[in-house]
Amino acid sequence: MSPLLEVNELQIAFGGVKAVNGLTFSADAGEIVSVIGPNGAGKTSAFNCITGFYKPVSGSITLDGKDITGKRPAVIAATGVTRTFQNLRLFPDLTVLDNVRGGMHLYGGQNFVDALFHTPRYRKSERFYTEEAHRWLDFVGYQGGRGIPVRNLAYGQQRQVEMARAMARKAKLVLLDEPGAGLNHSEKQDLLELCRKIRDLGAAVVLIEHDMGVVMEVSERVVVMNFGKEIADGTPDAVKKNPAVIEAYLGKADEPVKADEPAKAEGPDITEGDS
Amino acid sequence: MSDNVDTTRAPRRIGKPASRISRLFESRQLGWAAFAIAVLFPFVLASNYAMSIGTTAVIFILLASGLNIVVGYCGLLDLGYIAFMAVGAYTSGIIAKAWELPILFTIPAVVIMCILAGLIIGGPTLRLRSDYLAIVTLGFGEIIRLTANNLAITGGPSGIYGIPGVDLFGLDLSGPVPFYYFCVAVVALMVLGSARLGKSRLGRAWRFVREDEDAAEAMGIHTYKVKLAAYIFGAIWGGIGGVLFAAHLSAISPQSFVFLQSALVLMAVVLGGMGNTRGVVVGAVVISLLPEFLRDMGNLRYVIFGVVLVAVMVLRPQGFWPSRAYEPEKLDEARKGKRDGGPRPGAPVTTAKGGTP
Repeated sequence: MSPLLEVNELQIAFGGVKAVNGLTFSADAGEIVSVIGPNGAGKTSAFNCITGFYKPVSGSITLDGKDITGKRPAVIAATGVTRTFQNLRLFPDLTVLDNVRGGMHLYGGQNFVDALFHTPRYRKSERFYTEEAHRWLDFVGYQGGRGIPVRNLAYGQQRQVEMARAMARKAKLVLLDEPGAGLNHSEKQDLLELCRKIRDLGAAVVLIEHDMGVVMEVSERVVVMNFGKEIADGTPDAVKKNPAVIEAYLGKADEPVKADEPAKAEGPDITEGDS
Repeated sequence: MSDNVDTTRAPRRIGKPASRISRLFESRQLGWAAFAIAVLFPFVLASNYAMSIGTTAVIFILLASGLNIVVGYCGLLDLGYIAFMAVGAYTSGIIAKAWELPILFTIPAVVIMCILAGLIIGGPTLRLRSDYLAIVTLGFGEIIRLTANNLAITGGPSGIYGIPGVDLFGLDLSGPVPFYYFCVAVVALMVLGSARLGKSRLGRAWRFVREDEDAAEAMGIHTYKVKLAAYIFGAIWGGIGGVLFAAHLSAISPQSFVFLQSALVLMAVVLGGMGNTRGVVVGAVVISLLPEFLRDMGNLRYVIFGVVLVAVMVLRPQGFWPSRAYEPEKLDEARKGKRDGGPRPGAPVTTAKGGTP
């Protein structure tokens, strides 16, 4: 059985800068894969390409056997991809419930004629929307108010709402772009739990994360990127020991850099197991 | 988990109805009250002049509620909206005159023409965003007017006159009062329609596009199609407004569709409160009736009109009655009362949680 997501020799260029340069990796259903790498390694660019926001120069992206390379984001989303954004991209003036309903656009079961005449189908579908939205908010463990604009929520709650919206898409592939950014320790623990719950639904979870504690704890497989290319791909333990990875994060051993102290300032410490 | 749900009720925050008054403003009866005022108006004032002003105001409400779909719901700034009214008015005028058809029979053709106009204008322009879109729509508005000014079929600068009044299955509704009632009925339905669209799946998609186009796209919303749909609905609303306009004045000319008209409709939407149908209706009434109330002032009235508008926008930039994001926390809480048996939002996590991911 071929993997759910296959990215093959992907290349994206902005002018002369090759943000992603021959990236190849895959993700299976029911698996949590982390993509890590120093800043500017091309992780988010790769995500944007998989979800269709950037058009690749070359290479291919296959989801569940279907070629989705260079398709429109909405088409890719309909194929079964959902995502969160690095900097929250909610619908700020809309209510929490409406935001989550945003993820359910593709399976509503009503059209504008139903809406104009308030047919039974319309009522049924609106009820379905609301119930589902509540269900997904429960799923991510959201505790705040639900009928108020998301603009008024705390940051951590906004993250949860974005997660609920992404999950409401019911996609086969869930791409999380730094879901832990700006969260405190206990919120991060909840996030780990949530990632596992998503995986247990049978989806493939691919996440970009800088917190190595999170990465090493939750991922079944880690893809390390540097200069737009994967330099390692394997279990967390294997990746931790990979010389190429250590070099990417800490520099070469024979460079005049002492131990790991100076490098720590630049990139996250990957030798540490727990956050 | 189910036990938590009650504690998840929001504390009072912004967006929550604060008082009885704001709850009154949200109530359904208010729409009926507005409708009743419109119906009772001729009993208060039934002069031909008052009826003409009233009819114009009602048509203006229709235009504003149509533009509200485009600008208020979907966030597409359209500076040439009156072009769609022109398309509707000319289509119905030309057909009614050429084949001597009752004007209501022209409505299907008007709707088709407006859909076409929406596609032609919206098709290429909706790839643009914000300011660029506004400029292009401004241009299209002028193009439509200039085309009407120069074609033979549209009667050139003198336009089309002698357009028949409304005739409903042999019932002559062309008198001032019957025609006013006819307009009230049509516009009430259209306004209700636009409000209902706003609360549907499509209406939400419009708001998602307005709030964040990329995020909407990532959720599988084909933003281009959704925007085009907003444009087409706006065009149909405008076109129906054009039919009523043509039947009302029985003569149309390019001077009726100048940029100022587009600006006034837009002003009604912005002044009333973008995205809120009720606010937009209020805005349209103010914009269309205020100059009439100021008629005694002579030429000064437009100065005062302008000052009032500026003052409102400074003091209340979000409009008289903006749309507020609030909804009941729980499905059943609203007005359904008790409803047992059905799955509850806060029900324990059991069956098919997540369905088919």
